[in-house]
Amino acid sequence: MTALAWLIPIVLFLGGLGLAAFLWSLKSGQFEDLDGAAYRILTDDEPK
Amino acid sequence: MAQRNTLSELDVMPANASRGVEPPSSSHSKWKAGKRHAAIRSGGEDLIVIAPTGKDAVGDNPRPQTITLAVENMSCGGCMRKVERALLEVSQVVSARANLSARRATVVFVDGQSNAAPLIEALDAAGFRAAELAPETTDNGQKAGRELLGRLATAGFAAANIMLLSVSVWSGSSDPGDPVHTLFHWLSAIIALPAVAYAGQPFFSSAWQALKNRRVNMDVPISLAILLSAFMSLYQTARGSEQVYFDACVTLLFFLLIGRYLDQRVRTRARGAAENLLGLKAQWADVIAADGSLERLPARLIEPGMRIAVSAGERFPADGLIRSGATAVDESLITGETMPRAVGVDDAVYAGAINLGMPVVVEATAAETDTLLSQIARLMETAEQARGRYVRLADRGARFYAPLVHTLAAGSFAGWMISGAGWEASLTIAIAVLIITCPCALALAVPAVQVAASARLFDEGVLLKTADGLERLAETDIAVFDKTGTLTAGIPSLANGSAIDGQILRSAATLAASSRHPYAQAVVAAAKERFGKIQTIAGVEEVAGAGLKFACGNGEERLGSSAWCGIDPERAGQASLWYVRPGLEPVPFQFEDRLREDAAETVAALRCDGYGVQLLSGDRIEAVMAAAKAAGILDWFPAMKPHEKIAHLEALKSQGHRVFMAGDGLNDAPALAAAHASASPSTAADVSQTASDAVFQGAKLWPVVELLRTARQSRTMSFQNFAIAFGYNVLFVPLAMAGLVTPLVAAIAMSTSSIFVTVNALRLRTMVLRPTS
Repeated sequence: MTALAWLIPIVLFLGGLGLAAFLWSLKSGQFEDLDGAAYRILTDDEPK
Repeated sequence: MAQRNTLSELDVMPANASRGVEPPSSSHSKWKAGKRHAAIRSGGEDLIVIAPTGKDAVGDNPRPQTITLAVENMSCGGCMRKVERALLEVSQVVSARANLSARRATVVFVDGQSNAAPLIEALDAAGFRAAELAPETTDNGQKAGRELLGRLATAGFAAANIMLLSVSVWSGSSDPGDPVHTLFHWLSAIIALPAVAYAGQPFFSSAWQALKNRRVNMDVPISLAILLSAFMSLYQTARGSEQVYFDACVTLLFFLLIGRYLDQRVRTRARGAAENLLGLKAQWADVIAADGSLERLPARLIEPGMRIAVSAGERFPADGLIRSGATAVDESLITGETMPRAVGVDDAVYAGAINLGMPVVVEATAAETDTLLSQIARLMETAEQARGRYVRLADRGARFYAPLVHTLAAGSFAGWMISGAGWEASLTIAIAVLIITCPCALALAVPAVQVAASARLFDEGVLLKTADGLERLAETDIAVFDKTGTLTAGIPSLANGSAIDGQILRSAATLAASSRHPYAQAVVAAAKERFGKIQTIAGVEEVAGAGLKFACGNGEERLGSSAWCGIDPERAGQASLWYVRPGLEPVPFQFEDRLREDAAETVAALRCDGYGVQLLSGDRIEAVMAAAKAAGILDWFPAMKPHEKIAHLEALKSQGHRVFMAGDGLNDAPALAAAHASASPSTAADVSQTASDAVFQGAKLWPVVELLRTARQSRTMSFQNFAIAFGYNVLFVPLAMAGLVTPLVAAIAMSTSSIFVTVNALRLRTMVLRPTS
């Protein structure tokens, strides 16, 4: 049972990390143009 | 729309001027954008929108400035790159980023140097049609969407984790006092409470707003169920009891947020597309500077006192007085009247009217209380008030549903108290009733259908603009059309073709074939219809803003405006185009606006669907009668002023009808606002588009039928969804009242009913809609 004391915080931490990453990407505008993002990956000369 | 239009182009215009030029008799299109919006919204107090231009901004605003452009034909990854490269090459540009989903590009300038004109020219050179968007339209609800998505993600995260903990609890030992149970319940509480506090805010604030105004909406029972279940569960956790509903509570929130987010996204997309359309047809004006040079400005930046050169075939970008020159103007967009009006120095002209004759100089005037625009704005304000009182279907449901639910919950609490179950057990049961009846499926019932309907309409080229538009559209039983630009296509065709001698028509068409002016094309089309093929001749000279000439054996043939052909001013008003040849009486060519090709079919389909169809027009009786006859409309009313149109709609309303109105002109805008629901073509004046619930694109009128059928079908499906939600309540509420619902049953029932409702709504996307009635 002591495993739970470790595992549950780890699970929540990792899940929370994922959530935080999503919220950050949302905030930084990465979900603004999903169609465009699909093409941008194909071009390597990123405009300044 | 980007028709090159040489006949009416002034020599002084820049190369890309054709963008602002419009076929003289198409009775709609280019229109100044932001200024008119501002005038309507501020009740006509302040006409000038202050927006960044190169000059204004210097000193005032030292920060980098951004301009958002709508780019019409950017449709692939390659285009996106081309757009960005073209924009970056413009001087003073710091960065440029294209958004392919929104068909927009955002450009950042160095300190205070923003100027849209070179950007648009650069994109024009690269092959893209672009227009600057008014600053107030550039956000377009994306922020609200982002916020909802963040809440949705948080609720989803919490729901998944709590559900996993709950599964462990349910499948573990059944001893209530087990410390692991208690631990898991506390963990659930730690996850659930912050999640509810953050993700539930849209519901809480909406419910609070409603309660403050002494109304009940769907969010009241939702908020109540979420908050009560969260706090009850917290209390039960502290007691170490089994009745813990954190999982149901957060899952409920998650499902509800999905509905809310979808709803928001569809509307944002439609609104963004509608704003792009408006931006792309916003007008430009050639403003004459103090030193006599011409500067091209967006019409919304025109200030009173500016002098504007308006060439033949262009629209007047602002209300004003003519300062030099004399011409005839087509005011069909404003009044619906298709006969041109002759104007001279000091006469007033209105924004949106088309200059049919000679180039003139206009001085822009401030909007005073007696201008046409402010009258229309006033009419619209009063007309829109009635619509503001409309109560949405879901909220109407909530009006009887919320009291019922709360009575049931209170009833079961009282019942169990009386039967001696103790207040804690009674309260638990009462809350179970609230959770079970919490309108999860009910709250999804309407949004899910609306999302499916909007997506379907979006594919058909119809943009649904208002949230409650579909519901109001579904209730209409009488369809009222405007003539010019709505029933008709807005492209001129020769009206008196049969009165013109064949030989003359043929030679006029030979001249006309070398021009791309809409009148010339109409002559060619009429000649082709009569003779088959028309040959072109070399040596035809086109004079911008005037007409065509050709040196023949015994003098000169001319086809063009009355002044160009030297017509007696008294006769000049008879027709828009003349043909002269030595030794021949001048021949007038009159034009009309022909019906959209599927107008009759559309009217027939509407009648088949049980609609009464009427035609209201500001135009002359003969023109309206002819159009009504051709479209198969029996009830038609000519020469209606805007306030008469409203009076007519009011009369219909008092007879118990719910009116659907389709119109495009400025003169229709009050009627569009006064009607129960309305639509306008994408070529309509922007005030009209703003006033209407839906905007349809393309040359056909059929989208109107599609719109109304989809609206009716979505109402049917909303009721089906209500039935599903209601059936589920009938099944589970007795169980809950009997105290038989465990947290597990609540969680399962909640999810399944939501999924049923959503799946049912999705059918609408692909359904084939047949005539109703």
